[in-house]
Parts: sequence; structure tokens; C-alpha cells
Amino acid sequence: MHELPQQLVNGLLLGSMYGLVAIGYTMVYGIVQLINFAHGEIFMIGGFGGLSVWLMLPAGTSMLIALPLMIIGAIAIATLVAIGAERFAYRPLRNAPRLAPLITAIGLSLALQQAVWAWYPDAKSSVVFPQLPGGPFTLGSVTIQTGDVFLLLAAPVSMAFLGFFVQKTRTGRGMQATAQDPDTAKLMGINTDRIIMIAFALGAAFAAIGAVAYGLKYGEVQFKMGFLLGLKAFTAAVLGGIGNIYGAMIGGLVLGLAETLTTVYVADIPGMQQLGGQSWGNTWAFVLLILVLLFRPQGLLGQRVADRA
Amino acid sequence: MPGKDLIVRQRKLIAVTAALAAGALTLTACGSRDAGKNAEGGSDGGATVVIAVDAPLTGDLSALGLGIRNSAELAVKQANEKKYVKGVTFKFEALDDQAQASSGQQNATKLVANKDVLGVVGPLNSSVSESMQKVFDDAKLAQISPANTSPSLTQGPKWAEGQKVRTYKSYFRTATTDAIQGPFAAQYLFNKAGKKKVYIIDDKKTYGAGLAGTFKGEFTKLGGQVAGEGHIDPESKDFSAIVTQVKNSGADAVYYGGEYPAGGPLSKQIKAAGANIPLVGGDGLFDKKYVELAGGATAAGDLATSVGAPVDSLPSAKEFIENYKKAGFKDPYAAYGGYSYDSAWAIIEAVKKVVDANNGKLPDGARAKVLEAVQGVSFEGVTGKVSFDEFGDATNKQLTVYKVEGDDFKSVESGTYSG
Repeated sequence: MHELPQQLVNGLLLGSMYGLVAIGYTMVYGIVQLINFAHGEIFMIGGFGGLSVWLMLPAGTSMLIALPLMIIGAIAIATLVAIGAERFAYRPLRNAPRLAPLITAIGLSLALQQAVWAWYPDAKSSVVFPQLPGGPFTLGSVTIQTGDVFLLLAAPVSMAFLGFFVQKTRTGRGMQATAQDPDTAKLMGINTDRIIMIAFALGAAFAAIGAVAYGLKYGEVQFKMGFLLGLKAFTAAVLGGIGNIYGAMIGGLVLGLAETLTTVYVADIPGMQQLGGQSWGNTWAFVLLILVLLFRPQGLLGQRVADRA
Repeated sequence: MPGKDLIVRQRKLIAVTAALAAGALTLTACGSRDAGKNAEGGSDGGATVVIAVDAPLTGDLSALGLGIRNSAELAVKQANEKKYVKGVTFKFEALDDQAQASSGQQNATKLVANKDVLGVVGPLNSSVSESMQKVFDDAKLAQISPANTSPSLTQGPKWAEGQKVRTYKSYFRTATTDAIQGPFAAQYLFNKAGKKKVYIIDDKKTYGAGLAGTFKGEFTKLGGQVAGEGHIDPESKDFSAIVTQVKNSGADAVYYGGEYPAGGPLSKQIKAAGANIPLVGGDGLFDKKYVELAGGATAAGDLATSVGAPVDSLPSAKEFIENYKKAGFKDPYAAYGGYSYDSAWAIIEAVKKVVDANNGKLPDGARAKVLEAVQGVSFEGVTGKVSFDEFGDATNKQLTVYKVEGDDFKSVESGTYSG
């Protein structure tokens, strides 16, 4: 048990990343009730956006200068693709039966993955991502990497920004109104098309920050990286209560912690030796999801809303 | 209620989206079709024999797969240039299995359907081979893998208990098995490198779990201590949970049964967590890309065993390397280049034997005859003497330990394992 603090930190880091991506799922669902399965690929494209900026900078550029530029590049490209997807793939289907945009999302997810695979140079396998210098830092028995520091800062800062934006700004309140009742919001003079586009863009921006954190943490990006992580982030959004932005972050953290702790400690329970390890960690995370949904179908922070699935 | 215009527009956009999705699917297919276009042209009368390659040409393991394809293609080209088999023109075809068993089996079925295919080189992954063996065996089509190391492929599922039974007569390999590779690494670590406490990790795949199992058996027999055991999911890149356990276990080395796409990041995360111990693995780690993914400098001292003597140290290999460079392939020949060349050449030798025995003509039912001839081949190849024992395994059982130095693996020592 002496490694528990470190394992908790491992879980929190993994969970923060899930949370950053989960925000995108939850915001879009909250406003248009669409599960945007292409969001994992938006995350991946953010990673490649950051990498492209790094590759364009002259060799030997300090990470202190490069990192902000990479984040800007990642956000720019991810938001652009997300806005494009919303405008040309989802908006025309807004009044169509719900299955149509869902299937579109799955198709888009495949298309984006294959597009990066086919056209990004050398992206047919993992591509090395630049690393932050310095570190690791040791705090008692806990070791933290330089790349993790970025994630530790980025996740709460992004969350605080989002909270402020949604609660305090005019656009944010417009978002809440659109989420509650799009028709009435429109009657009140809110440009709902614009609000929806902003929801997609914000989700993509957070995913892009998450993707840069992913690159810094694991040292590589690849065209498939959005698939599994997107699935986990979607799970986190459901766990936290889909439609609730704080729920996405909480869901991410709970999922990350559950995955890490079950990976490590399940094997220590007598008779459970065979059910430990990383591949079972995923299984246990989903067991947790099922349990939570059995007792709280609306998720941890979700509200029971009658007319939504 | 939407007007008529809107509905029409919606239909159009649905069509566009559908087209996009369809495009995505075709792109995947394109990958394998492009690869197939590398076929060697030319027909100056006589029979045409196709030698095919199945390997992962895209995806994480493509660095190894492309090396296999190019090297086999080189053998085919040279056989044509030298007119090695009179009256026979060899053609080359490469299929992409993306390291997936299901793709491998589809490719196998496709190759069997083409009557001109008389031999197949590949695949890279043992798990893919498991799905292909029966298809080839039913068609009596010779398959030679340059890279499969799972012992059960040749010696049956009960090889570990000593009940060795060959399941498929059509399957051969030029690579050495894990039954030798794992113990070889254990002996090196315990006797030469002085590591007595090892943490063992695998990826639960046929190759990785097999390698880790044989390593553990020999290491504990020698008196080494297993500090802990774990499994990782190679699709995930977050190994922090197990890395923390490794660090706190006090192990002085980690043995990883698996391949470099997960092995590299695993090594990197272990070093980053502050455990400065080497990661040791099998030929699945033995690629330059491993060092890159493991973070370059921090990977120094990591070890990998690989089959055979280092290709660039053998005099017989000098010519191969020279020709490979001359042929202008974009990708390096990687870990299995020499074995792939030898595998392809074994098929060419077998075809020659069959044709010579039939007055210079390709006989009917050539597949079965070529298969029979492969069992009997014996020649000096790139990697030394090439021949197969009664199970279809290579008789050459040499192995080499490689260590990461700078940005690549350097050979440390070669030897044969004596159990």
C-alpha cells in the first residue's frame, strides 16, 4: 500500500485527460442531444495540429516558446474541423431522425481517422511528439513528470474557464437557455445556430488541449489514439451525467481512478489474482459504470429529465 | 415543418456524408491494393510463379513488415535477373494484414485462390499465422515465416509438456522460437548481466505471453527471483499503474514480452518514473523505432534478443545489404530482412528442384510438389545455412543479444541456446 499515493496521482492524471475530452461529448449532447462519436478524432487531430506547429518551427526552438504556439495550433485546427463537421455534416440533419446524425458521426470518425492515416506524412504508425525538458519532480513518494505538470495545470484551469464562461457570459447563458429549450431560446432572440457552433468549438478546444497533454505525457501521437480514449471519455461523460459539464470532469476523474486502482489492487484480493492487470482494469471501469447507472441512471451529477434518452 | 427545398438539400448532404464514410472504407482497402501493385512485371514465355508476402505493411508494426516485403521482393527480382530457374518467371505480390488475424486469413484465402501462387513468405505475427495455417495446409501451399516465434505453430499446443506434434505440414519458419529465445535471454541476464530480480510484463498476445512464459521458466530455474508479474494492454499508452509497481518492487530489470509500439513507451515511462533499470525483450522490440518511442537517450542499456547472428556481421549478408541498398527501397530491411530473403529464396530453390525434376517444365499439381521440396531444401543463405527440421523449424538456432546505444541497437554477443 506504500505506493497508493503514486497510484492515486496516476489515476487523477489519466482521469484529467478523460475529463478534458469528455467535456466535448457532454456539451454537444446537452445542447443538441447528439452523441458526437467523431469527437475522439477531433482530439486526435488536435494532437497532430500541435505536432505540425512543432515541425514547422525551426529546429532547436525552446519548448517554452513552442508550447504556447503548439497549443494555439492544436486548438485552431481542432476547432476548425469541429466547426466544419457541425456546419456541413450535422446541421443539415438537425431535424432528421436521431439515428441519422449518429450514423453520420460514426462515418465522420472513420473518415477523419483514415484521412490522417493517408495524408499526414509518416502517420501510418506512431509519430514522436516533442517533450518538455526538466523533471521529474519528487514529492515524498510521488514522482511527477514534466509532461504531467502541464496536464495538472491545464485541466483545472480549463474547467474554471468553462465554468466562468457558461455561468457569467452572455453567450454562456445563451447556451444554458438553448440546452433547456431550443425553441423558446430562439423566440427570445438567441441565435441557436451560433450557440451550437460555439458548443462544438469549445469542446474541440478542450480536446485539443487534452491532445497536447497526451503528446507531452506519452511522447507520441498516432491516428488511432482518439478511438479508445474517445470511448473512455464518452463513458466518463455518461458516468458524470451527460449534459453536465462538471459531471464530465468528475466522471473522468472517477473513471481514471477506478481504472488505475483496479488494475493494481484487484490482483491482491485473495482468489482474484487472475482478474487484475490492465486489460481487466478496463473491464472493472465498465463494471463501475453499470453499477452507477443501475442506482443513478442520470449519472453522478446529472439531472433526471423526462423527455431525454 | 421543413419545406421541400430543405428536404432535398438534406438528402444531398446525407449522400455526401455517406460518400465520405464510404470513402473512408475504400481508403482502408486502398492500402492493401497499392501494396499489391508492386508485382514484378515481365513475361518472356514459360510459366509464371507468384511468390507472395503477407505482412503488416501499415499500422504500428509496418517498420518490420515493410522490411519483410522489400527483402522478399529483392529475392524474387534477383531470381529473375539471374534466370535462376529456367523457363519460370517469378512474380511478386504483397498483401497487408495490418497485424490482424482476420485480415491475415482473408489474405490467405485470396492467395490460395490464385493458382500461380506457389509459396508465401510471412506473416510477422504468430497470432496472424494461427489464422492462416489451416487455409494454406488445406491447399498444400508452402508458407515460410521469417518472424514467427511461437513454438506451438510448429510443435503443436502441447510442446511445453514435451508432446511435440507437427500440426501443419505446409508451415515452415526461418526464425528461431520463443522456446529458445526466452531462455536465452534469461541465461544472458542471470549469468552475464548479473540481474537477479526481474519484473515480468507481457501484452497477453500469443507472442508476448509465450515469450514471457519461457523466460520465467528458465530464469527461476537458474535461481533468479521474479519481483512481480503484470500484463498491459498494448492499445493503451498509459502504463503508469504497472510502472509504479515495477518501481516499488525493487526489480533490477524488466522483461517485456511484446512488441515495440507498446514496449518503447513502457520503457520510457519506467525510466521517467525514476526506476533506472533496463527493459529487456525479444525480437519484437528489435527495431530502430523502439529507441525512438522509448525516448532516445533514456533507452540506453535496454536489451533485445533476436534470432540469428546480426545480419551485418555475416560475410554472406554483405552482398544482401549491398543489393538492398542498390535496389533503392525506401524503408530499411529491419529485423527480419535477411530471414525474409532466405524464406523467399527457399521457395525459389524448391521451385527449381521441382522444375528440374520435370524436364524444365512446371508440373501439374505444382503446389504439393513445391511443398515437399521446401522440406528438403538446404543452401547457404543470408543468415547462414537454411534448412528445416521435422517440425518445419529452422535448423539454424543462433541468437544474438542487442543493446541500445545511441539511436539504434548494437549487437553484444551471439550464441546458441543449449537447454
